Amino acid sequence: MTAPLSAKNKEKRIGLFVCHCGVNISSVVDVEKVAQVLKDYPGVTISTDYVYMCSDPGQQMIIDTIKEKHLDGIIIAACSPTLHEKTFQEAARLAGLNPYQIEIANIREGDSWVHTDKEKATKKAIKIVKSHVAKARQNENLDPIKVDVNRRALVIGGGVSGLQAAMDIADHGYEVLLVEKNPSIGGKMIQLSETFPTLDCSQCILTPKMVEVSRHPRIKLLTYHEVESVSGFVGNFKVRIKKKPRYVDEKLCNLCGECEKVCPQVVPDEFNQGLSFRKAIYMPFPQAIPGTFTLDAEHCLGLNPVRCGKCKDVCDKKAIDYDMKETIVEEEVGAIVVATGFDLYTMQALGEYGGEKYLDVVNGLEFERILSASGPTGGEVRRPSDGKVPKSIVFVQCSGSRDTEKHMPYCSKICCMYTAKHAMMYRHKVPDGQATVFYIDVRAGGKSFDEFYMRTVEEDKVLYIRGKVSKIFKEGDKLIVWGVDTLTGKKVEVEADMVVLAMAMVKADGVQDLLKKLKIATDIHGFLAEAHPKLRPVESLNAGFFLAGCAHGPKDIPETVAQASAAAAKVGDLFAQKELIHEPTVVPVNDELCSGCGICITMCPYSARTLDPDRGVVVVNEILCEGCGACAAACPSGAAQQRNQTDNQIFSMLRAMLRE
Amino acid sequence: MFEPQIMCFLCKWCTSSAADAAGTSRLHHTPNNINMRVMCSSRVDPQHILYAFKEGADGVFLGGCHPGDCHYVEGNYKTLRRITLFKLMLRDLGIDPKRLRLEWISAAEGKKYAETMTEFTEQIRALGPLHLNEKALVQEVVKDE
Repeated sequence: MTAPLSAKNKEKRIGLFVCHCGVNISSVVDVEKVAQVLKDYPGVTISTDYVYMCSDPGQQMIIDTIKEKHLDGIIIAACSPTLHEKTFQEAARLAGLNPYQIEIANIREGDSWVHTDKEKATKKAIKIVKSHVAKARQNENLDPIKVDVNRRALVIGGGVSGLQAAMDIADHGYEVLLVEKNPSIGGKMIQLSETFPTLDCSQCILTPKMVEVSRHPRIKLLTYHEVESVSGFVGNFKVRIKKKPRYVDEKLCNLCGECEKVCPQVVPDEFNQGLSFRKAIYMPFPQAIPGTFTLDAEHCLGLNPVRCGKCKDVCDKKAIDYDMKETIVEEEVGAIVVATGFDLYTMQALGEYGGEKYLDVVNGLEFERILSASGPTGGEVRRPSDGKVPKSIVFVQCSGSRDTEKHMPYCSKICCMYTAKHAMMYRHKVPDGQATVFYIDVRAGGKSFDEFYMRTVEEDKVLYIRGKVSKIFKEGDKLIVWGVDTLTGKKVEVEADMVVLAMAMVKADGVQDLLKKLKIATDIHGFLAEAHPKLRPVESLNAGFFLAGCAHGPKDIPETVAQASAAAAKVGDLFAQKELIHEPTVVPVNDELCSGCGICITMCPYSARTLDPDRGVVVVNEILCEGCGACAAACPSGAAQQRNQTDNQIFSMLRAMLRE
Repeated sequence: MFEPQIMCFLCKWCTSSAADAAGTSRLHHTPNNINMRVMCSSRVDPQHILYAFKEGADGVFLGGCHPGDCHYVEGNYKTLRRITLFKLMLRDLGIDPKRLRLEWISAAEGKKYAETMTEFTEQIRALGPLHLNEKALVQEVVKDE
């Protein structure tokens, strides 16, 4: 079944150091007794106790004892290994002992802190320590596996977060690939009108950044591209990227716009949220980067000169090519920043608000376009149905947010502020118009946010009603908003010409397919999960992946930019390392025992194991192996053994814990 | 009173962290469990469990991450499949399958960990000693040192 212990382990010289942890351990566990009992245990050369092993004198004692007694393995019986394993590994290294010869026996969190019966706790501590001695006798010296780092980053998403991350990484001196699925970079921010609380024009502050990114010598811009698949591991990813055919040669197109004039196909314009129309051959917006027309094959009459071909005929530059095909680009990178952004919750989900029935019920992003100087109305507030200037607008906050029963339970964070901005902008543009806001709470917890909100209420005379809206319906050419004022407890009815719903921010459309390809974790709402909510907020648990922007959860522009810069700094940390260290506690294969059945291959989630068809045995890519041990448990012949946690070590530990 | 021995295999990322959290919060529980930290619950081979019973464990506990939360993508699903089948085998071997328990306990669930330890200890106490070591049903796998 499994091989017997080899003779060399029998001579091992093990030192045991039992920590009092002040009184944290010693008040419940008789630490002197533990040290005393273990003195004669097989393999133990020296056994001692001390008040604080992690203190400088404690560590010095360990170092001196290792040297003096020529120890080749040590057990520290103290707190959980998550706390001081690194401390003691470093002490061992200083004493010339291989760090993988250190065992931490947890007798604090796992014993003294959860028990009160001194006798039972001491007995338990002895068992725990014995099991680690049994394991330590069979520990091998191990060296960390070293891996090269490819100092090139991939940034997915060309919104403000992706642009900032790409810019910063490139400024650190590394090459960046920036992939954007749409024809132009810019993301959601380029669609906004003014930004709170300063009322900066969103396009005016973003376009310089877009230009900078497009001209940066170390950034390769891949717009109208999508990530197809990612393989490999931190420092060494292989990425397949799909290049969608634009049917227009970016280098030849001189933006004359003749093609657009002759194109007979009219479709809703995504950039204006469908509030205006574009042609099938189009430029998403005037400042689009790269500056080129794109032919939308879905709406084109068929990419066929027999059916139409008008655009091709008028193009002097011969930039239009109907035969362009989808191609795959293969790239290698060392780190990946995921900045895939967000979308708004669909208005269909809130049927009682009439968003899908009434043209004049719009979402926040549509209203941004109506306010924008580059928008369908040239910045004048006019309602979509008949182009009239609305004399009364009702704004509904938390449309789909903070609703634990039917919609999103979380707060979308930015709606309080952008609604205040919307109402203020409307009052500036239509001074005799009435703005009414329905809210649950006003959350204005950012720099200069509350002042901005107060200005909306006090200077711009926006009416805030604390309460939810139950129904919106049409009467004549008016929209009737039914709601409740929870401060007076009365039902209210407001007549409006237009309604703006501050829809919840949700995960970007279709992003789950991409995240599946990347194999990175999300929370229950589909937003990216960070490695630690407080201490590692911009990293994914999957090494080599970093998060930025609203793909991680609702946030405003300053927060998004800060997070993108932080993610870029983390990429810089990774790239600054000469080589990466991979834990050597992986699961290799003993060729002599392996029958090549391949069961372990099916167990491995990382494709680290493959069958060598010539030798009929499994071979392991140790860099890919994460050391979970699922294969070791499944191997019927015992050929797959985890380093320093072999089956024999587990059996020895069980025996030490249970039999003696 | 009969004091059962409970052998626990805890995954490093979730249940072992929950045990640490229980310690930090001083959540007292019965002292009958002895813990072994493994990288993933899927590292545990049914042989290990059988060996624990043979060496004197009256109950064996396996703790892993909640479904969907496995640090190694899907190790806990492998564990679930193995343990479900292994319980059928335990019955055939004359060991009450209730002596083996699999639980998903996340790093945040220190309280659940402490409560589960006490509850499982009491459950095994009620079942009584297993005495499998005396019956020596399992083949010796580690040679005497």
